[in-house]
Amino acid sequence: MEQGRPHVRPADPLSKARSPAAALAVQCGIVAILLVLLWLLFGVTTTNLHERGIQSGFDFLLQPAGFGIGEGVFAFDSGDAYWRAFAAGLANSLRVAIPGIALATLIGTLIGIGRLSANLLLRGLCAAYVETFRNIPLLLQLLVWYFLLTDLLPEPLAAWQPLPHTYLGKNGLAIPWLELPDFTINWPMPTEFGFSGGAMLTPEYLALLLGLCCYTAAYIAETVRSGIQSISAGQVLAASALGLSSRQTLWLIQIPQSVPLVAPPLTNQYLNLIKNSSLAVAIGYPDLVSISNTTINQTGRALECLTILVAIYLLLSLATSALIRRLGKP
Amino acid sequence: MKTAPPSPLKWLRRNFFADLPSTLTSLVLGSVVLVLLAHAFEWAVLRAVFRPDIELCRALDHGGACWGVIAEKYRIILFGRYPYEAQWRPLLATLLLLSLLGLSSLPTCWKRWLPPLWLVGLTAILALMKGGMGGLETVDTDLWGGLPLTLLLTIAGIGGAFPLAVLIALGRHSSMRVIRTLLAWYVELVRGMPLIPVLFLASFLFPLLLPKGITFDVLVRVLVAIMLFAAAYLSEAIRGGIESIPAGQQEAGLALGLTSWQALRLIVLPQALRAVVPSVMNSAIGLFKETSLVTVIGLFDLTGALSLALAGDAQWRPFHLEGYLFIGALYWVGCFGLSRYSLWIERRLRTPA
Repeated sequence: MEQGRPHVRPADPLSKARSPAAALAVQCGIVAILLVLLWLLFGVTTTNLHERGIQSGFDFLLQPAGFGIGEGVFAFDSGDAYWRAFAAGLANSLRVAIPGIALATLIGTLIGIGRLSANLLLRGLCAAYVETFRNIPLLLQLLVWYFLLTDLLPEPLAAWQPLPHTYLGKNGLAIPWLELPDFTINWPMPTEFGFSGGAMLTPEYLALLLGLCCYTAAYIAETVRSGIQSISAGQVLAASALGLSSRQTLWLIQIPQSVPLVAPPLTNQYLNLIKNSSLAVAIGYPDLVSISNTTINQTGRALECLTILVAIYLLLSLATSALIRRLGKP
Repeated sequence: MKTAPPSPLKWLRRNFFADLPSTLTSLVLGSVVLVLLAHAFEWAVLRAVFRPDIELCRALDHGGACWGVIAEKYRIILFGRYPYEAQWRPLLATLLLLSLLGLSSLPTCWKRWLPPLWLVGLTAILALMKGGMGGLETVDTDLWGGLPLTLLLTIAGIGGAFPLAVLIALGRHSSMRVIRTLLAWYVELVRGMPLIPVLFLASFLFPLLLPKGITFDVLVRVLVAIMLFAAAYLSEAIRGGIESIPAGQQEAGLALGLTSWQALRLIVLPQALRAVVPSVMNSAIGLFKETSLVTVIGLFDLTGALSLALAGDAQWRPFHLEGYLFIGALYWVGCFGLSRYSLWIERRLRTPA
């Protein structure tokens, strides 16, 4: 056997044993290189924009947009300014994301619990749901929902009535609506060209809502299931020793304790749903991304529009996480 | 101790008729499922038309599936706008790619020759697709499409993102604050954004950022965007893996006389990467699905190629649903297969051979 001290090599550049001054120099160097790169990029981009005759700056936000937005929370027409178009797009994104989050949580929780049922049929069906919706791209699911809602549903006059005074046809879902100032109910009526009166939900909106819900619910179901299963086996044994049935154990012991475990990954799923609402552009729902896409095509100001988009999505992500953290605290 | 398998009757009783609620559930759900399955079977098989005969399909009036649309259009769905006579090339490329993947999935093949084999294989695949040599006609990348494009985007995306993600994850443990902060910003920025604006960025903005005369193909731009995007997500997974290795391991390595780089490469990374296999596989599955978004910026991947095949053809347009089901099945097989493989390999890696 060979004897002797192991050969100790000098610390390499990655290790921590380096003089603070050298580290500082390296870091300053990195920042300097980045700044130079940014400056070069800026120079190149301004030249390119100039050569193509594209103006830059955020002044376009105050100009009239020149395109209309078919649906939304507040009215928007082509004479309104671009900044209002972005606001309308954001409102449309939220209009689908908020009910989407609520519905996906409901469906996902039920299916997640269903996957732990003692009944093999229920368990199997819930597993089939999860495996189907999780393993097909969301875009494809949206296209299928949109096709089903626009091509296979009947014409307005022959529309289905899932509930009294509620019509579901090719051109969307019409529901009775309470007119606020005078508290009268506005009943929808089918006509040859669509529905008059009531509140209208377009097929684009419905397809996006359904698609986002079903897709996210599959992920939420898995989160809920693993949360419940991570409650220690000792707890389940203790419950059965106390004489609780397996159903009681699930509802009284396992589910209540899993709530704090499930909350953080659930937040991630909510953020995913908000981000995925950008797929609206594929089926023509005027969300934030599709509005900025139109704006880029009209004004050519890709840099500005994308900056606005990034900023809004970051703010949405931060706001959602903060809100959920706030709600999670007692 | 082994218990005898329960008798079929007992098994039925325990799984379907344990108590009153369970029995009711079984009966109600069972009858609903049976009725639905019967209808689905009737639609998809009994009354379906399998021949590409538009008159027969029209006569069905959606009472049965018109699988004829697949028989008529499968070449466009699978290969997009690639020239019809030359479509044996993407077919061969896809088969090569799939066999490379199959080979790499077996841990017995994880040898030193695998990376060079991939390099050779990918070069051959790209040469086959692009042509322009050995008597093959040149086919520009804007004509590439369908299944090979989806597979190439996924594989090149995850393959390019992985080394980048390892570097980012290591950089976030750097002793230098500037590196840590910049990388943290990058990761949080990307993770806060949907992929679609990133793809817009690649198609609208990249060309403006480059000096005059330097242009990149839209496919390359999209691929770079996908890599940069996926790297941010992957780096979080890998960082988790690195943090799961106790610091004592690296210290023990240093005490044995390894340099910190050697300790990282020989002790920390092998264990960390082994620990993150499931989340890397999850990212791969996610990316496979997300490549469908390139449809939005006008590339004809599997999803885009289907629209290409059907949207412009008034005759076959009404049979979109069958087309969606066809490519949905392809995606499903890919994703489900990958997730099963992930479970298998995870078990395999946990138990030393």
